[in-house]
Amino acid sequence: MARRSSSEAIGWLLFSAGGMVSALLVPVLLLLFGVVFPLGLLAPPEHAHLSAVLRHPFIRIALFVLCMLSLLHWAHRFRYTLHDGLQLKQLNKLINLLCYGGVVAGSSWAAFVLFG
Amino acid sequence: MPDTITLQVARYRPDTDAAPTMQEYVVPLRQEWAVLDGLNYIKDQLDGTLSFRWSCRMGICGSCGMTVDGDPALTCGTFLADYAPGPVRVEPLANFPVIRDLVVGIDDFMRKLPKVKPWLVREDEPGVADVEFLQTPPQLDEYQQYSMCINCMLCYAACPVYAIEPDFLGPAAIALAQRYNLDSRDQGAHQRMDVLATAEGVWACTYVGECTSACPKGVDPAGAIQRYKLTAATRTLRSFLPRGER
Repeated sequence: MARRSSSEAIGWLLFSAGGMVSALLVPVLLLLFGVVFPLGLLAPPEHAHLSAVLRHPFIRIALFVLCMLSLLHWAHRFRYTLHDGLQLKQLNKLINLLCYGGVVAGSSWAAFVLFG
Repeated sequence: MPDTITLQVARYRPDTDAAPTMQEYVVPLRQEWAVLDGLNYIKDQLDGTLSFRWSCRMGICGSCGMTVDGDPALTCGTFLADYAPGPVRVEPLANFPVIRDLVVGIDDFMRKLPKVKPWLVREDEPGVADVEFLQTPPQLDEYQQYSMCINCMLCYAACPVYAIEPDFLGPAAIALAQRYNLDSRDQGAHQRMDVLATAEGVWACTYVGECTSACPKGVDPAGAIQRYKLTAATRTLRSFLPRGER
């Protein structure tokens, strides 16, 4: 009989966490910084104020986790869209490399921007 | 509405055919006729050699599932008039070996189904027959949806994961496992976990959702699987805790 799989469970929890934080936080950030502030519907925060907020280690860690989990969510879903949806099973290794490599690259870039 | 409609029916006779072929039959088109009525007309009036399974004609027995114009469907609940002026393609269910014409072999499912113990498992009682187990309406609501499954195999035919991973336990078997896991009278959830929380169990599902779209009985196998993923993941996290804290 097959063994219970812990790694699949952890992978799915990270995927789910990514979906949840993306759904909760990304629309708010996009609405504020992409629509509300540029259109002047709300007074944007002072540059010095925003800069100070972004310098706080907690905010940086939170933004890094948001980027990493969102990318993980994308990778997992996109991988299976290609694998199951387009039935590209024979390209499994390449698909995994592209998707999860994308997570590593994207997260590294986010770390460089936030902490570098 | 025209008087007739053409059915393009998949034929496969293993003793003479190397591969399935399509054969056309013209059948009467009547408002109240389902695809199954068309097939029975062929069988009775045009070509007695056509083989297909059917029994109840009312969406209960689950035996007349076929692929109608590319989609898995119960042929008794799929009406010819909806496909007028035709033609309508009728093929065996996808993802299963064809035994003959429109008849598929479901041995794989029959092997997998008992693994999830789809019956009431009791550990502390002598037997279900000896005592009465009371259940409240909310407790019934917990699992009733999953008990509507008629094992028609449409969800397996619709599932792209089952198409490429034949070891996948599959939508109906997992939904039926949940039907008992969520039953207040059952005590077998931890036994089923050994089968469900595996790479061939719920973790093989990538939530395409075609099973739920295909289900003719309103069961939500995709939902059952997602719900069980949370159960399995929570149990995994708890297994990392010290023994006393679990």
